Amino acid sequence: MSGQAFAVAALPGADRRPVWLHLAVLVLLFGLQFVLPAYDHGNVTRIMILASYAMGFNLLLGYTGLMSLGHAMFFAAGLYGAGLPVYYLGFDPFSAFAAGVAAGGFLSFGVGLIALRTSGVSFMIVTLMFAQACFLLTLYFNGITQGDQGLVLDLSAWSWDVGSEDGPLSLISPPIRYNLALLLFALCLLVSLLLVRSRIGRVLVAIRENEARVSMLGYHSFRYKLGSLMLSGTMSAAAGATYALLFSYVGSTFAGIQYSILPLLWVLLGGQGTILGPLLGTALMFYLVDVSSEYSSSYMLIVGVALVLLVLWFPKGILGTVRQKWLPWLP
Amino acid sequence: MSLGPHLLLAFLEGTVSAFVLALTALGLSLVFGVMRIVNVAHGEFFMLGAVLAYGFSSLVPGLPALGFLLALILSPLAVGAIAWSADRLVLARLNYNPEATIVATIGMLYIIEQLVLTIYGPDAHPVQPPISFRILFPWFGYSGYKLVVVAASGMLLLTTWYLLMRTRIGLVMRATQLDRETAQNFGIPVARVYSLIFALGAALAAVAGVLVVPIQQAHYLMGLDPLLLSFITVIIGGLGSLRGTLIAAFVIGLSDGMFSVFFSGTLSKIIATLLVALVLVFRPSGLFARSAR
Amino acid sequence: MTSDRKGNSSRSTSKAGRSLITRRGLVKGLGAAAGAAAASGLLPGPMRYIQAQAAEPIRLGFQVHRTGIGAAYGRWYEQTTNAAVKTINAAGGINGRPIEIVAEDDGTDPKRGAEVVEKFATKHKVDAVFGTLFSHVVMGSAPTAGQLKMPYFVVSEGHHVASGALNRYTFQPGITDVRSQVISMAPWIASNLGRKVAMIYPDYAFGYDHRDFFSAAIQGQGGAITALIPVAPTETTYSKYFAQIPAETEVLYHVMVGPGVLTFVKEMGDHFGSSRPQIFGFIDSLEATDLASPGLEFLDGTYFWEAFPRYAQKDQSEFDKHYRAAVGVDDNGASTADPKEVSTYSHMFGCWETLYVIKAAMEKSGYQKSTFAQKGKLIEAVEAMTAFPESDEHPQGDKTFNGKLHQCYGHQFISKVEGGRLNVVHKTAIEDGLYEPETDYTKKAL
Repeated sequence: MSGQAFAVAALPGADRRPVWLHLAVLVLLFGLQFVLPAYDHGNVTRIMILASYAMGFNLLLGYTGLMSLGHAMFFAAGLYGAGLPVYYLGFDPFSAFAAGVAAGGFLSFGVGLIALRTSGVSFMIVTLMFAQACFLLTLYFNGITQGDQGLVLDLSAWSWDVGSEDGPLSLISPPIRYNLALLLFALCLLVSLLLVRSRIGRVLVAIRENEARVSMLGYHSFRYKLGSLMLSGTMSAAAGATYALLFSYVGSTFAGIQYSILPLLWVLLGGQGTILGPLLGTALMFYLVDVSSEYSSSYMLIVGVALVLLVLWFPKGILGTVRQKWLPWLP
Repeated sequence: MSLGPHLLLAFLEGTVSAFVLALTALGLSLVFGVMRIVNVAHGEFFMLGAVLAYGFSSLVPGLPALGFLLALILSPLAVGAIAWSADRLVLARLNYNPEATIVATIGMLYIIEQLVLTIYGPDAHPVQPPISFRILFPWFGYSGYKLVVVAASGMLLLTTWYLLMRTRIGLVMRATQLDRETAQNFGIPVARVYSLIFALGAALAAVAGVLVVPIQQAHYLMGLDPLLLSFITVIIGGLGSLRGTLIAAFVIGLSDGMFSVFFSGTLSKIIATLLVALVLVFRPSGLFARSAR
Repeated sequence: MTSDRKGNSSRSTSKAGRSLITRRGLVKGLGAAAGAAAASGLLPGPMRYIQAQAAEPIRLGFQVHRTGIGAAYGRWYEQTTNAAVKTINAAGGINGRPIEIVAEDDGTDPKRGAEVVEKFATKHKVDAVFGTLFSHVVMGSAPTAGQLKMPYFVVSEGHHVASGALNRYTFQPGITDVRSQVISMAPWIASNLGRKVAMIYPDYAFGYDHRDFFSAAIQGQGGAITALIPVAPTETTYSKYFAQIPAETEVLYHVMVGPGVLTFVKEMGDHFGSSRPQIFGFIDSLEATDLASPGLEFLDGTYFWEAFPRYAQKDQSEFDKHYRAAVGVDDNGASTADPKEVSTYSHMFGCWETLYVIKAAMEKSGYQKSTFAQKGKLIEAVEAMTAFPESDEHPQGDKTFNGKLHQCYGHQFISKVEGGRLNVVHKTAIEDGLYEPETDYTKKAL
């Protein structure tokens, strides 16, 4: 992929509003850490990591039109790819992160080669079943993974002197955690933004709209789809690796079907095919569950009703509907 | 136990789960095939059927057969009514937009699960089978009621097939499936047909739930597995093909049982899952797909 | 009980007549102080009660499985906890301060579990967290508790605490771990039921604890394992697994958890009929399930491990009577409000006993407020404990506590199913369940 492919963003006359909007969001997230109460500070850390996962999912669903029901396998590839080397080989956090990302890259390449022979609902089912097989593998190799019970990682030794009054800050101290999560989120956001504003991104959207025509125009659509799946899977794995390292736990639950459905829900709620939709959807669901479970023991009822109402008001997801009605320039 | 009897047992088990699966998947196949929407709450209708069966059968204590019969009639009706209102209140307003429907049915899943948890509780409850006898093979015993389930499912599958293929209402449904706009132009009330199909699909899942509850038990989380399995079955069989759905249910039901003869628990599940996935990789539109649209 | 941040949980009048939480609450507060009114006859003088209310409460975060796979256990953990808190507060609370429970649902999910622990520490600002049952939630939450230096008391029976996998802040003082339970069963099984044992267990970590520790223990008794039969986690039917049991098997050892257990037992009955081997199971298979359920007649004459006998025995202790009445459980182990609601009797006592351990440790360390120094003292106070005598505080029986392992060890029971109830036939000694220590938490930094 040549540098020219990404050149559109810099063309004169290109709309600059999206760039400013996303910069503003990143600045806002950076600033938030100084004003948020401790609990919400932790929540936003988690939300940024999970939103990165959702952004990875959105690259495939929103911009290439492929709905996967098995993304938990990529998240788990990152989780285990980073967690197991820490636990067994004493990797440092950065090598472990790289290992997790690489695991996601390899897995998505392999899965893509096979699963992309299908499309539409068949693609949903094939990815669903591959993910189920991966989930069962994490249980089958219990001797290594400790299966459902999982492994606790110890990264408390990694710390840095950042001039704080409390002495060196460890990897898992709130400020470091927040800013690493923000770094991951910013990276995923920029990659997504560059991609969708590039020529490649337009080919992907064209595949979403009409794959046959794209092939007729001479594009090798399989390669584009494979590339999109790999980027999507790798981004999900990066989120998984970050989650494992910052929250010190690796377990089968994260490979289960519910962790494939959650990013789908976050993305559809926030607005598929929008850059900020995944963040909005993730944050909304997080606080919906958190707040409603505080006020009622029947919180799933509240969440369910809220989902139904939201989708009635915003059938294309919140930002999708906002874009359709008010802000057509939203990427 | 030697291989022969072991295979017999695996075959019996596979047959029972195949028939139950076929019935559950049939409902999803209708909804998916005609309305082109993914109903994530389908498994919850199965669960509601089972839970209501527990409720109805405890209305007439001491008479398990009567209670069960009551459940077999009333549960699907009740679940169908719930589904019909859900369709009118939510899905129709979304104009059956595929993505919005996913979110809405996830919402319904949450709502149904919570209501059942709150009203019925988190415990698993058994329901007495209407007919209770044990078939004694030389090597092992087997629940006779399970064979009743096979027979009842078979009959229901035939009835549904007849309904779809030989009656006017079935003709209307198939016409709607083939081409919604044309059907509308010919004066078919598409909106009502959709509601009817959604209710019928849910009712079929509920029937499967009622039939299965005496051999399993009613539990508020029991909907997830049937949802995934019937979803897989429908796609493997090929969208819109009743025969495909039935055959796929057998492929999935039997492969699960047979592999467990040769491999240990989880490993057999992994192999069965991957092999069934490969069916789709080599026949991307399923075993018996109608012309792709 | 929903999180009640106004501190009135102990004062709310409870309606034991309607008991179980899930039946009641769509709205906050309805679930307050469930099932404890039965204890009202035991309340001491009103003066102490008032005194306990005047002081600032001790806030305990209660991580509860209200939804998800653990919900059947969760609501009984909640009912037991509320009863214990009511009893403790009526007797003057902790150091004269009442306990206030702040409950949060973790959905039986390790990710949400960690979030909830963080919420307890940073938002609710509780003094300690307790009550977690499922092992994966404990494993997912414990690192967060350790990082936030939050004393974390689990009621899980997992071997994770004593194995050394967790941290200085995580304890299990209310219930014996699975390794100890399993090895204490082996001698009795070998000498009374048979020496050739086939094991059926879930194909994941919980099942492997049984597989590994029991295999070794039965071999130590001169027995042999005829087959190890792991059941796949997504299974809903089990008949095919029974076909793998070799004919020479004398004892079938089963342990299953989750909603499929009834099917498991019923299919076992269909499969074997009357020509069965001896059957020994862990009551986990049938917690919260009525033994008189249709299809379970087959279990008559089989044996179960119990941590605490569900059915009141002939030699029932005064402490068991007191505990049953306070929690609202009848002599059959079911809710006094609804005899169809069967409790998780072999696990939930852990919540009761854990709360009394927290009380004792806080009083011993002179705990005043939530600072790191005082929490450190609290940790050391728990680690210094060595034994809990059988009492109203510890109704399940006397226990030893190993401060280095952060784990307690108690008596276990073997009960026989007779006429739809469980009758105790053997009570193990504490020594039967002891093993070589695997770790020493006291050497880790606070």
